[in-house]
Amino acid sequence: MSFITGVGLTPYGKHDGSSSLDLMSKAAQLALDDAGLKRAEIDGILCGYSTVSPHIMLATVFAEHFGIRPSYAHAVQVGGATGLAMTMLAHHLVTSGVCRNMLVVAGENRLTGQSRDASIQALAQVGHPDYEVPLGPTIPAYYGLVATRYMHEYGVTEEDLAEFAVLMRAHACTHPGAQFHDPITVADVMASKPVAMPLKLLDCCPVSDGGAAFVISRERTGELGVRIRGCAQAHTHQHVTAAPALSELGAEISVARAKEATGLAISDVRYAAIYDSFTITLAMLLEDLGLAGRGEAAARVRAGHFSRDGAMPLNTHGGLLSYGHCGVGGAMAHLVEAHLQMTGRAATRQVKDASIALLHGDGGVLSSHVSMFLERVR
Amino acid sequence: MSERPADWTRGEAAINYQTCAACGHVQYFHRAFCAACGAPDPRVARASGKGRVYATSLVCRAATPDTRAHVPYNILLVDCAEGFRMMAHGENDLAIGDDVTASFKPFAGKPVPFFTKAK
Repeated sequence: MSFITGVGLTPYGKHDGSSSLDLMSKAAQLALDDAGLKRAEIDGILCGYSTVSPHIMLATVFAEHFGIRPSYAHAVQVGGATGLAMTMLAHHLVTSGVCRNMLVVAGENRLTGQSRDASIQALAQVGHPDYEVPLGPTIPAYYGLVATRYMHEYGVTEEDLAEFAVLMRAHACTHPGAQFHDPITVADVMASKPVAMPLKLLDCCPVSDGGAAFVISRERTGELGVRIRGCAQAHTHQHVTAAPALSELGAEISVARAKEATGLAISDVRYAAIYDSFTITLAMLLEDLGLAGRGEAAARVRAGHFSRDGAMPLNTHGGLLSYGHCGVGGAMAHLVEAHLQMTGRAATRQVKDASIALLHGDGGVLSSHVSMFLERVR
Repeated sequence: MSERPADWTRGEAAINYQTCAACGHVQYFHRAFCAACGAPDPRVARASGKGRVYATSLVCRAATPDTRAHVPYNILLVDCAEGFRMMAHGENDLAIGDDVTASFKPFAGKPVPFFTKAK
């Protein structure tokens, strides 16, 4: 068994003068304090990567900097799915007895540490170096391709996609740490600058500075425990050119495996924390995971289904789209928020019942998927 | 090991693909083996350049000075007649399902496949 015993999250946006290590350290300290653990009690470290400060041994760089001598440490790289992949690995390492308390941490000064062009260019390299990158695609273009196809097959419109940006912004407005606090409308999204059609600026997550961390432990340290009930992955391709048909993407496969591993069904889920790099990503994943019927997710947003008071509250911190996206830490904020909701600490954002949460992360261009169920235990 | 004949990825105005003699698998990304069955030396063939548009995305914001000079440019996924999918450029008004034919156009200093509506 494994428990998420502590979480830490910085505000996202601009952290002028902070390095990736600074942001990682800040989040790690918050997570340790939350778990009520000292540095000496952490015996394992998993960390993400930093595109601003790449290093072949980031986990030990961080361990030395932060002041921990762990018995297990390395970095993990699965793009946007890294946070949940690290959590899954920590779950298995803790459950199998390799470690007692593992620190999972990521942080990056992606906004202030490099130009936006440099960031966009670095990320475009997930494309094939010979067969895709010479064509000048960007990450929004890879997802733009997926979007036109999805819209074509399932009758989804640009206005439908805009609903997800509006919802994430509405949620971000209630979180003091979010990068954006100005409400937006569907008309604002539709009128925002074209980036890679059908995706416009407000369909895309921002580039942010920030850090996030968790502690995964064999024993719970607090009164309310959040247990990792089970998780699974699926990896169908790397490059969008080699992606399978829309009906055969990895999200469906990984969630089916996670359901099988836990014996849980979608009808058991009370809170959803779903990767949302672009509006299309969120729309597709909700439908792939079974949280909405095909082509029906936008209608559910309009009906309030995914709002704080709705039947399936979703990314109540504002998601990547509006809380912000600092690389690996970006989607880790989803887990931090799920933890706060499950332990009744989400302040004005608190939902009625977050007893069981479904988390899902996606890396590359819907290439790598991790699905995870968390359960509150008393 | 079969050598790799030049195609657009090496500055030549051609699109190549591979077929496996053992299992018949067709692949676009060049490899020394078949990714489906592992058999060595899949045969390299030259594509006809005929295909159908699977997806499009008109890029309006580029990330480098080289590519910025071309915006907006339409990135496509094309299902080629020979049974493989490729990424390419194409006319800005192409739609999913359009039958298309390949030509080549310079982009950021190199020729890239550029699809237009089949006549």
